[in-house]
Order: sequence, then C-alpha cells, then structure tokens
Amino acid sequence: MRMALFWIFSVAALGSAVGVVGNVRNPINSALNLVVSMLALAGLYVLLEAQFIGLIQVMVYAGAIVVLFLFVIMLLNLRGSGAPNAETQPLVKLAGTALVAGGSYFLVRVLATGRAPWPDVDPDYGTTRAIGEALYGDYVLAVQVAGVLLLAGIIAAVVLAKKRLE
Amino acid sequence: MALSTVFVALFIFALVLLVFAPIMTWVERKQSALMQDRIGANRANIAGITVLGLIHPLADVIKMITKEDTMPDGAHRFVHLISPFIAVAPAIISFAVIPYGGTYEMWGAKFTLCVADLDYGVLFLFAIGSIATYGSMLAGWAGNNNFGMLGSIRVSAQMISYEVTMGISVVALFMIFGTLRLTEMGLAQQETFRVFGFMEHLGWVARDTGWVNAITLPMWGILLQPLAFFMFLTALMAENKRAPFDTPEGESEIVAGYFIEYSGMKFGLYMMGEWIEVVVISALLTAMFLGGWALPWLSDKALIDFLLPRFGANIANLMAMVLGVSVFLGKVVALIFFQMLIRWSMPRFRYDQVMNLGWKILLPLSLANIVVTAIGILIVQEVVAK
Repeated sequence: MRMALFWIFSVAALGSAVGVVGNVRNPINSALNLVVSMLALAGLYVLLEAQFIGLIQVMVYAGAIVVLFLFVIMLLNLRGSGAPNAETQPLVKLAGTALVAGGSYFLVRVLATGRAPWPDVDPDYGTTRAIGEALYGDYVLAVQVAGVLLLAGIIAAVVLAKKRLE
Repeated sequence: MALSTVFVALFIFALVLLVFAPIMTWVERKQSALMQDRIGANRANIAGITVLGLIHPLADVIKMITKEDTMPDGAHRFVHLISPFIAVAPAIISFAVIPYGGTYEMWGAKFTLCVADLDYGVLFLFAIGSIATYGSMLAGWAGNNNFGMLGSIRVSAQMISYEVTMGISVVALFMIFGTLRLTEMGLAQQETFRVFGFMEHLGWVARDTGWVNAITLPMWGILLQPLAFFMFLTALMAENKRAPFDTPEGESEIVAGYFIEYSGMKFGLYMMGEWIEVVVISALLTAMFLGGWALPWLSDKALIDFLLPRFGANIANLMAMVLGVSVFLGKVVALIFFQMLIRWSMPRFRYDQVMNLGWKILLPLSLANIVVTAIGILIVQEVVAK
C-alpha cells in the first residue's frame, strides 16, 4: 500500500514537474502542473511521517504561492504570448539536455540500488507537537533569527513597493 | 480505528451532508422570504403535494441536469471542465476531520464519530480550504470572458487575504486547548471553569466558597475567545464568498463573476459548493467554539455515568451517541440560520472595504489577540501554580 502510494506520488511529482518546464505555450498550464507537483510532494512527505511539513507544503506552496503565480499570470494576461524564445537558443537547449541527462542518470542509479527497506520511524516523529517542541524548544534562537530576517524582508518589500517616500 | 467503524462514520457523515446540501437551497429561499415578508418557494409539487416547498430542491436539480452544458469559444476546455469539481471537492473533503460525536463503545465495537481523527485536524482543513481557491480562480480565467476574469482576480485576492486571518485568528484557541485535534478540542470544551475563581486566588474570598464553586461556565471556545470566534467566522464567510463578501460575483458590476460561463449542473456545482461550505463552516465553528457534540455542563463521561446503571452499557452508549449527534446537528442548524441571517441583512461590501477589513482590521486584531492570550495563559499558569 505504502509502496504503491509512493510510486503514484513520485510519478505524479516527476511527470508534472516535466510538465512545468515543458509547457512553453501557456504559462497557466505550467502553473497548474506546479500545483500537482506540490500536492504530490506533500503526499510523499506524509508517507515519510512528516505530516506537518506535508500540510504546510499544501497550505503555503500549493495554496498560496502558486495562487500568487496564477494571479500574476492572469493580471499580466500572459495568455498565448509564447515562451521568450527558449526554443531558439542553442545554449538553453544544451543546458536543458545536460540537466535531464544528468538527472536521469542519478535516477537510474538510485533505482538500481534496489528497494531499500522503508525507514522505520517513530509515528510521533512528524506530529505538530514534535515540530513545535523542536522549533520553540531546541531551535528557538534560529526561529527568532529567521523571524527577524523575514521582518526585514517585509519592510524592504514595503519600501520598494511604495511609490514615493517622504 | 477499525475499517468497519470508519465506514459507519463515513456513512452517517455522507448521509448528513448529502441531505443538507439540497435542503440548504430551500432554507435559504424560505428564510429570505421570511425576512422580506414574502411566502417563498411553494409552487413545485408532485401531484399537488408541495411539502412547504421542499419539492423545489428536486425541481432545481432536474432543471440543472437537463440544461444544455455550454462551452464558450476560446475556452481552455480541460480547465473549464475540471474547475467546478475542484471547487466542490474540498468542501466535501473537509468534513472528514470534523467530529460530530464522541467515542462510544457498544456491542464490542468502538465508534469514534469522526471519519479521520487527525493529529493536525484543523491544519488539514486549512490546507484543503486553500486548494478551493483554484476552483473559483481558474473558472473565470478558463471561460475566456472578461467579467469572469475580473471575478477570478477578485476571488484570488480575497481568498489569499482572508486565509491569513483565518489561520492566525484561531492560534489563540490552539494555545488554550493545546491541540489541533478536533476531537480533543471537543473533549476539552466539556470541562467547566469557575467564573469567580480568580477572586479566590486574589484572596478576596475564602477557599471553597460555596457560591464561587457553584457558578461555572463550560470551557467553550466562544466564551474563552469571543474575539477569535467572530474573526474566524468573518474570515470563513469571506473565504466562502457569500454576501456580504460576494464581490467576486457581484451581479451589479461583473454580471456573475467567475462562474459566468457555466451553465447547467456545472453552475449548480458552484452553488452546491457554497452551500456545503456553509454547513462545513457551521460544523467547524461548532466543533471549535460551541462545545461540539456536548450539551453545556454535561460531559460525555457524566452522561454515560448517568445512563449506565439505568440502561446497560450498550443502550447507554447508543443513547449518548444519538444525543451527541442531535446536539451537534442542532448547533450546526442554528449557525446556518445565523449565517443566512447575515447574508440577508447586510449589503455587499465594496471591494476595497473587503480588503481593508481583512488586512487593516482583522489581521492586526488577530495578532494582538495572540499576544494578549499568551499573557493571559502565563498569568493563569503562575497564579494556579501558587
């Protein structure tokens, strides 16, 4: 059951990831593929007992960030404008081919190592409580620093977005 | 939980939900009629029997299914096809984590009346809810219609904005109950607290004063976090895009907004999604703020202890279960009524008002609420520890 789900999610994640870069005609199609990819990744997280991260993946990436992508695409009305000459640049083609070849090589190698046993983790490993204790107990300083960093980012964004500053 | 009990839970939930959705159309019509001093739906009949207009939902469904299903020129066919389903599915799925009863043991089986009792229950709801945005957003875009497009943009902006408030406003509640699991929240709300207990700690009255011990209130979320309740309700209603938050489908400006290009049952699915969402909102608020399936001052344990010697374990549990589900449904119906009351008495917000309310009022308030609650919890812990 777990193995079957793993394969379903993996194939969905990889397939839609290819769809993201492959859809050069319509940016909305790319964005939709990205959503599927995000959801499949969330499924993989849940399979790995990291339910909290899986849910945050759905909430933040699939539910908010890609919505913003779509929002921008719709607002700028990029529909049918075509890709910015990705097909005509040989260097881009070469880089893409190399990337795919390299990725496939590693994929094949990983698959060739055979079926590793499913990791046997504690069922409480990825629960909200465990994550909360880790974040606000062991790593509270790191969380604070990240918070300050994000605050700086928000302030910077507000300053940049403001048309004129007094 | 055994598979068979999951099926029992699923069965009851499907029954409730599927019965609720069509009846909602009737409730909405009848209530608006009541509020506007009209008679309301009363014409549809089977051989002259109208049953207070309850035939209307049936007539509606037949009409919608037999209508022509149109596909506009230049539409994105696939997206146009799947959008209604993306819109309606999250509403149905989110019911899975809402407990509509406690845990009951009878005839050797254990029934937990919650389809999926997840550790991260509320988060699951938020995650599923955030997917619902796509259903509305893509609909307007896929139809190749400028009004639809405007609706889409409004819908996405509105839903993203209110998702933030929705998540943050209930953090204070999580802090009090210390859990995201909705069944545990339900159990926690069956406890009571002494309203004037603080006077004892301050030394104003002697310990174990009779009247201080006597005056108790159930630990319902709405009593502990009244501000959070109203902010959460507002955010949920804005997420559901119903009046007064229905700018994305504002008839007077953009015809029908994002679902302008839909006809027949696909249009019907959007309507159904909204109504199911109303039920889900009510159920969620009941589970989190209104004490869930329990009557005030009557915990599951007290109830079973009362019934057990009189009826035996099986019947006592069955009676407790029936009572629990009925109480839950009663609260849900009351909240549905309340939501419709708001819908028919408030004018539609202007678009900038919707945004101002979300970002400039609700978000700062909900953040402040967290800080105040944290200080409150700290004080209570310090005082009680002494």
